[in-house]
Amino acid sequence: MDTFEILKKLTETPGPSGNEGGIAHVIAELWQPYVDSVTVDRVGSLIAVRNGQGKAPRQRLLLAAHMDEIGLMVRQIVSHNGYGFLRVTNVGGVDIRQIYAQQVVVHGRQELPGVLGCLPPSMLPEEKQNKPYDYEDLVVDVGLPAEEVEKLVSVGDFVSFRQPLHQLLGKRVAGKSLDNRASVTAVTLCLHYLAQRTHTWDIIAVATAQEETRLLGAYTSAFSQRPDAAVAIDVTFGKGPGVNDANAFELGGGPTIDWGPNVHPGMYRALKEAADAIELPVHTATHSRYSGTDAFGLQIAREGIPTGLVGIPLRYMHTMVETADLTDIERTGRLLAEFITRLDDKFLESLAAGMMEEK
Amino acid sequence: MNELLKQLTEADGVSSNEKEIRLLIRDLIADHVDEWRVDSMGNLIALKKGTGASDLRVLVDAHMDEVGLMITEIASDGTLKFEPVGGFNDRTLLGKVVRVGADKISGVIGAKPVHLLSASERRRVVKIDSMRIDIGAKDKSAANGKVKPGDFAAFVTTYQEMGNTALGKAFDNRAGCAALIELLRGEPYPFDLYAAFTVQEEVGLRGAQVAAYSVQPDVALVLECTPAYDLPTKEDVSPNVALGQGPSIYVMDAVTIQDPRLVAHITRTAAERGIPYQIRRPGGGGTNTAVIQRTHTGIPAATIAVPGRHAHTPVMMINLEDYANVVKLTDAVLRTLSPDIVRRNLN
Amino acid sequence: MNELIKKLTEAYGPAGFEDQVRDLIQPEVAPYADEIKVDALGNLIVHKKGDGSGLKVMIAAHMDEIGVMVTHITKEGYVRFTNIGGVYPRTLHGNRVRFADGTIGIISTEPLADRNKVNSLDKHFIDVGATSSEDCPVKVGDAAGFWREFAVLGSRLVAKSMDDRIGCVVAIEALKRLKETPHDVYFVFSVQEEVGTRGAQTAANALNPDVGIALDVTLTGDTPEARPMAVSLGKGTAIKVKDTGMIAHAGLVKLMRQRAEEAGIPYQMEVLEGGTTDARPMQIANAGCAAGCISIPCRYVHSQSEMVDGNDVENSVRLLVEILSKPIAL
Repeated sequence: MDTFEILKKLTETPGPSGNEGGIAHVIAELWQPYVDSVTVDRVGSLIAVRNGQGKAPRQRLLLAAHMDEIGLMVRQIVSHNGYGFLRVTNVGGVDIRQIYAQQVVVHGRQELPGVLGCLPPSMLPEEKQNKPYDYEDLVVDVGLPAEEVEKLVSVGDFVSFRQPLHQLLGKRVAGKSLDNRASVTAVTLCLHYLAQRTHTWDIIAVATAQEETRLLGAYTSAFSQRPDAAVAIDVTFGKGPGVNDANAFELGGGPTIDWGPNVHPGMYRALKEAADAIELPVHTATHSRYSGTDAFGLQIAREGIPTGLVGIPLRYMHTMVETADLTDIERTGRLLAEFITRLDDKFLESLAAGMMEEK
Repeated sequence: MNELLKQLTEADGVSSNEKEIRLLIRDLIADHVDEWRVDSMGNLIALKKGTGASDLRVLVDAHMDEVGLMITEIASDGTLKFEPVGGFNDRTLLGKVVRVGADKISGVIGAKPVHLLSASERRRVVKIDSMRIDIGAKDKSAANGKVKPGDFAAFVTTYQEMGNTALGKAFDNRAGCAALIELLRGEPYPFDLYAAFTVQEEVGLRGAQVAAYSVQPDVALVLECTPAYDLPTKEDVSPNVALGQGPSIYVMDAVTIQDPRLVAHITRTAAERGIPYQIRRPGGGGTNTAVIQRTHTGIPAATIAVPGRHAHTPVMMINLEDYANVVKLTDAVLRTLSPDIVRRNLN
Repeated sequence: MNELIKKLTEAYGPAGFEDQVRDLIQPEVAPYADEIKVDALGNLIVHKKGDGSGLKVMIAAHMDEIGVMVTHITKEGYVRFTNIGGVYPRTLHGNRVRFADGTIGIISTEPLADRNKVNSLDKHFIDVGATSSEDCPVKVGDAAGFWREFAVLGSRLVAKSMDDRIGCVVAIEALKRLKETPHDVYFVFSVQEEVGTRGAQTAANALNPDVGIALDVTLTGDTPEARPMAVSLGKGTAIKVKDTGMIAHAGLVKLMRQRAEEAGIPYQMEVLEGGTTDARPMQIANAGCAAGCISIPCRYVHSQSEMVDGNDVENSVRLLVEILSKPIAL
């Protein structure tokens, strides 16, 4: 398995929140060899099940990595000097400071390449001249005549960012939507490793939809699958320029195992033990409240699901040059596989017992 | 696909580091010119001999440099500090990819995650001097040997076409270079034509100054790619130039009044040939005309430009018909250029 | 339809106090329903059975409106109040409210030095004609809705609480015209939308639909200096793609457009940059459902004079009937 090639394929496939059909298809193809069933549910999440080798009825672990990415949506078509321009709004937490002069693809009746343009600050109203550009003034320029744009594009069409995956020095890579295709890659690697090992639990690998907007896929897939336990995999803040506090992590220093209200303490401990068993470097990330990940949704589905959270350090999150280290992605895949092979019939009991231990 | 534009825009040539683009252009024109040379600044100057019908000496200039970045320091965390080479709007660089140095090491200009920004940070423009290029180096020692202060960085953009529109980096001024190359590949003109692919336009029109001095032409034309601000506005104002409305003719900019006789010749020629053209809204900006015009005892000079949107960003756009019409119009202007047009008779 | 619109928009029904609206809707729908029930929160759930070949579809239109609630009665008999839902202070001064028993009150505000500014909500009060706290006919905790008569201005219709009685009208009309459907359709006249889409949430949990369609008003971009938005009054029903709370199911959006085009129903695509609808809770209920929204373009939303166009209302009804009477393949 070539981690770079998988990540390249995944990050270069568009999949803004609410429009995950294309990326779901690519992930389904990647997972197909390792799973017993693949389906897409009512809200667009991809759900793949790999049966365990234990005796039925088997216990089930859900792995959730969201597949959607931030993007834009057309809200108005403007004709100007014969050309058609698109006014857009954000889908998810787009950093508007860095979208000027970015390349995009408009998903109209056909895919149209485009660029985010804006008049120079000197031509904007005075009160805007020292501010970042905003959606009032930015336009997507597809370089086509207005009548053609009217024919090909409609209000409500999705717009995705466009950026090939770039190899930097060492094993670092940069591109768009590593949040959260880095984690989808890790789950892919995990499934690949599991194919060579024995595990008793069933694994439900879910590429969730619409995490960036409302954690939709986490809530709904956990409800429909009703797993016995779950692990969310998402990116976490990497140490880098401007980001250096205790809750940011070195690229290449290993994944994080997360701790806080969204995480079951027993799941945290079990993930930690799995890492220790294979001497895999990990760090603890803490969230005092909302983790901002699928774990938040998984944890409260139905009667509650013991949930863990694993993070892959990422620099420049929500920009078009998100940067990660392939080593961390590979380690995350290994960590998950190790954790899964260690799951046995006693695991749930030990989780429950752990809640009552006097320590 | 216009292969010439593709080749020219995908090559790098940040001001004063034009070697790659110079070699490419040399290869593209060598078979079509009588001689070529490279001067001390790095200008590529070619001569295409005329038929002998006219003894005018004509210079056509197109600058081949592009805006980019220069590495100034490798920080202890392995990221690169840099300064802009040429003029940038601060909003342009965040979240973009560049290639650094002779080995073209990929690097990215990142930003603090939007999740971690305070409300006031979100409303603040990030200044270029606080940005860094990240080439994936773990620390300074990992970056040493790969890049060094003084290295140049250029944008990374693949050329593409959407209908009549072409998208790519550095149309300013590879579009002008491409047009000049096409002229050189055509039939000889009545006069000797000197083609100057000049350096360092983006840092102060410096290459054209020495090229004009050494060629000492009777007449000069500058081929450019001029920024088009033809995006939707709330106010009803005419754009400075607009894509799709033909070659853009300069009359006056911030630093030059173009030779009125040449401008009249250009517009008359366009009208006669049925070639669309637009007068660039006077004011602001400037081209190599400024320095060429004031060389020696003065040289009549004018500018014909391809309008280009999103100038000084990694992703410019031009209209391919505008480009073709710049070639057509310049060719016609040259073929009908007679000494009387610029002669001054004292009565 | 205007008679029904008048009847429903003039009814009293701030969020949490929808009984009077429900009592008006029930007789309208009863003759066409296979089954009617009212759930614990007060949602009116009207079931029209399918032929068994289709999906389970939930249609949601909310009965509640924005309003105010009494928080304190001064010794002089003035009524201080808080908001129920999104009440804008600039819509208050000089307007009238009506309580459940029909008591009318007028809203005024404390003096403000700068007349171009607007006082905050807590500096407003209601005068119900009382002279002291003793003879005040309302008490703390009483809810009131705004009061304004329905008016017809050509094809434009104006009323308080068009948001979302007009959605209720669309649902009722669609139910009346829907002769046959392959689907098990549940028309839910929901409660408490204005305070956080609460009624639709429990209804969706209970019904567990495959498809959820909300009927609600949306904003327009066609008034002077309005925030740019590609929706105009009178240009057709609006098919929602996104609002701030939800991205509609892409397949459902496609189907809605297709049905509108097949039937020649004028429509507009809607991207709303403020607010959300009952489609939000439907989408995330249980294992999720394919959720979308048919919107009725409306000017001056959350004022006492919300304006819609009768043709848009008619086209919304037609689109809903088209969708429900044919198979839904997502």
